[in-house]
Order: sequence, then C-alpha cells, then structure tokens
Amino acid sequence: MQFGIFTVGDVTPDPTNGRAPTEHERIKAMVAIAKKAEEVGLDVFATGEHHNEPFVPSSPTTMLGYIAAQTEKLLLSTSTTLITTNDPVKIAEDYAMLQHLADGRVDLMMGRGNTGPVYPWFGKDIRAGIPLAIENYALLHRLWREQVVDWKGKYRTPLQSFTSTPRPLDGVPPFVWHGSIRSPEIAEQAAFYGDGYFANHIFWPASHTQRMVALYRERFAHYGHGDPDQAIVGLGGQVFMRKNSQDAVKEFRPYFDNAPVYGHGPTMEEFTRETPLTVGSPQQVIERTLGFREYVGDYQRQLFLLDHAGLPLKTVLEQLDLLGEEVVPVLRKEFAALKPAHVPDAPTHASLLAAADRELAAADQKEVPVA
Amino acid sequence: MKERTLVVVSAGLSQPSSTRLLADRLAAASVTAADGLGVRLGTQVIELRDLAHDLMNHLLTGFPPAALKRALDAVEAADAVIAVTPIFNASYSGLFKSFFDVLDKDALTDKPVLIAATGGTARHSLALDHAIRPMFTYLQAVTVPTSVFAATDDWGGDESQDQLRGRVNRAAGELAREIDRREPATVHDPFALTTSFDQLLAG
Repeated sequence: MQFGIFTVGDVTPDPTNGRAPTEHERIKAMVAIAKKAEEVGLDVFATGEHHNEPFVPSSPTTMLGYIAAQTEKLLLSTSTTLITTNDPVKIAEDYAMLQHLADGRVDLMMGRGNTGPVYPWFGKDIRAGIPLAIENYALLHRLWREQVVDWKGKYRTPLQSFTSTPRPLDGVPPFVWHGSIRSPEIAEQAAFYGDGYFANHIFWPASHTQRMVALYRERFAHYGHGDPDQAIVGLGGQVFMRKNSQDAVKEFRPYFDNAPVYGHGPTMEEFTRETPLTVGSPQQVIERTLGFREYVGDYQRQLFLLDHAGLPLKTVLEQLDLLGEEVVPVLRKEFAALKPAHVPDAPTHASLLAAADRELAAADQKEVPVA
Repeated sequence: MKERTLVVVSAGLSQPSSTRLLADRLAAASVTAADGLGVRLGTQVIELRDLAHDLMNHLLTGFPPAALKRALDAVEAADAVIAVTPIFNASYSGLFKSFFDVLDKDALTDKPVLIAATGGTARHSLALDHAIRPMFTYLQAVTVPTSVFAATDDWGGDESQDQLRGRVNRAAGELAREIDRREPATVHDPFALTTSFDQLLAG
C-alpha cells in the first residue's frame, strides 16, 4: 500500500497571528514538504492544480519536475489535474515530459474542478463538466497509446496526423486515477478504463465514499478488469496529531474554526464525527485510518492532507515526522497483514512496464507457428 | 387499504408554537380525509428548529449532518408534504427557506404539498400565495389550491375556530385526493448510474 500526502496549495493567513505566507514562501514550503515526505519514508506527494486565488499551484509539472530533481524515490502525482479546462494535448505532453525527467516516478489524478468562474477563463463551461471530462480523457488516453492520432470531438479543434511528444517513457503511459466526490459518471469512467478511483474523503461523510467506491468496484469487474476487490482505490484523509490528543485538539481548533472550506460552520467535534477528519494522537489516527478499510475494502493508496488552513511550515513538518515515524510504519504492517494475496498493489511505472513486457512476450508466443 | 406517508415540516420557533399547532391540525385532518378515501396515512413531523444548526452547516460545508440527512430523505420519500411557516417580513422565515434550499431540487417534483402559514393578523395571509406558493411551483410540487393561513384571531373565539376548521378540512381534502390518485413516491438515488459509458462517450 502507498502512503503519501496531497496539498491544495492554499495561501491562508495563520489565524493565530494573522500572517499569510507570500506566494513565494508558500511555493517553497510545498517543495520543502514534498522533500520531507520522502525523508520520512512516505511514497507519494500530490499537488493540486488551481487557477484562482488564494491558491498557488497553477503549473503542477513545473513544481513536480523541480521536486523530482531533488528526490529519489518519491512518486509524484496530482490532486487533481483539471481534465475539463486543460487541453488534453498539453496534459499528454506535459506529463510524458515529467515522466522522462522523473524516471517514471509519476502518476496523475484527473478531476473536474468545482470553481465555476475558472471554466470561462479557459473557454469552457462548468455545466459541461462531465462531458468535458469524458471527451478530454478519451483523447488523452489515445494520445499516450497511439503514435499518430486523427481525432474529432466537441470541445477542441480536430487533430490530423498528430503525434504527442515526447512519447511516454518506455511506451508506458502514466497510471491515472480519477477523483470525484459524488459523480457516479466518474466512477464509471475509472472502471471503464481499468484506471484507479480516488475518493476525496475529506469534506464528505464516509457513506458517500462507500457508495462511490462500491459502484466503481462493481463496474471495474463489469468491464472485465478483474474482480471487484482487485480494483485500484485511493482515499484522501485529513489529520492533525500531537503525542497527547488534547494538545492536538487545542492547537488545531483555531485552524479548523477559520479554515477556508468548513470554517465558521460545524464544530470540530461535529466535523470529526461526520467526516474522516481525525484530530488526536498518532494512535487515534492509526485506528481511524485502519477503519477506512471496513467500508471501502482493501485499498491501494492513502493520501493525507496536512498543509492547509494557514498551518505554519514548521508545524506541517512536525506532522510529517509523526506520520512517517509513528503512523505509517504501523499502518503499512497492519494493512499488509490484512490484505489478501489476490488484491494488487497500485500500479507503478515498473509494474506497468513488466506487465507490458509480459503481454508482448505472450503475443510473440502466439505468433509461433504450430507444427 | 393503501399505505402512504405524509411528512409535516414545521418552521415554528417557540415552544409551543402556533405554527406547530396549525401543522398538527392539518396533519390530523389529512389523515382523516385520506382514511375516508381508503388510504392509511403514516405521518412524521419535522421541527426545523431542531435542525437549525445543521442547516447552516450544510450551507457552509455542502453536505448534511446525519439528522438533517434523515429529514431530507424523509421528505424525498414522502407521498405528500405539509409545509408550515411563520410569516416574517411578508414571506417565509429564513429557517423555512433554508430547509428547502438544501433539499434536492427534484425531491418535490410531482409531490402533493399543502402550504400553510401563521402570522399576527390576517393582513399577512396573501404572503402564502405571493411568496410561498411560487417557491413550490419552482420546485415543481403539486401545491393544492387551498393554502391555510392562521392569524392570532383564528385561535380565539368560536366563530373564527369554525372558519379555520373549514379551511383546514378543505385543504386536507384536496391533499388527500392528490395522494389517493397517485402511485407511491419513488426515491431518486444520486449514486445510481443513469447512462451507459457508451452514451457518455457519444456526448
């Protein structure tokens, strides 16, 4: 199982002192956080993509390429890549390029983006969010797999004799996850392609996640990619930890109460009850996280949101220490012991390359004439 | 005997409230009227006061806390709804509006609804037809022709009691007949796939 962190890249004033980082400080903090993630033994760093204030990560491959150069093992991903407003041709090129630079340590998560005003800035309309996600990804999927593409669709100009360059590393496209909170069409899309499905699992109750994952698993099997429990599932999660749980509650409360998305709404206690948010000791985080498996089944990737709502970099790095030293080693062991052998790990470049080689070898064997 | 469900939404704030009082009378009259048509009506009352914080949290976070979720589900699954609000500033109260603001926009489609309101004097009564009825029209509910307004006077002397009783019974009869002539309500599952992937790909 893979463990990691995902960031939205918000610039939010620290509610305890009113100070907001500059964009430059925030961007550098994201890099420091990614490097720390590798240092403490996490597997994945994923960055959001936003084109509106107060967010900084508008150019994910620039950031991930920079991080790739300073890390060795960390898998670089997105949370999410906007499949609606980006040109699929540019996504194909950018992420293939990143794949080469990072020696295959790349996958990505498609998302629609729910900020209405952003769509028209890119010539799109949020009301076409689902059709855009379907059409653009269908094209992206082909661009990475077919050398020369002729294509005509509704949302971009047609392509004739187009080759997206560079070609994916070793001819193996990056693995793709599809993220969605509550759109069954996206779970269906992930299932159709045999791609991964990632549930945000932060802002919404567990019952939503359970329904969406169940639908994805059922359709994954329907499309012949394996049994339902062999589908590739990722979950988000949100934690704040201190050794002593009361310290965590006390320290996190002002950040929770003023957080951009849910601040000035439910109490932290209500939100902890209604969503997967855990504020407490590392042991509490371990227990809660192990519980996720009970409603989504054995899953492949767990990403935590740690750096948001104005938390200072120093605090986030301390959170990463706790995650890497006390939480993830236990989770790795416990999840591994629970997982049946037929449930696969999340695909990586190495595993996808090996699978492609096996397929090629099998095809070669078939071609040998029978005497 | 047919079995149907009636959900009563009351936005009264005080305890006891005249809004709840009116809601209960409408519910009782509806049960009686339905019974006369061979329909056994199971009723459930939702007091929005109990859900006030949940409603605001839903507006801010985008999802309903568990108790509010149960209330929204109950309304969606109901065969009919009685909705009663106090009149504030010539319209529904903010609490009343908030509940219907977070309800799924299709939840009331083709559902029989009886609207009612309370206020200090009869001068507020047309708010029902000028402000509250249009909202239910927008939500594509089947709002019965008689809406029931009760002013302070209506809870007073014998004569006014009879007049209110007459309006309550007329409205309840209209609601019962709408329930009787319909199939049971069906619940929309937001997680159900409604199109095939081929259809999605075809745009």
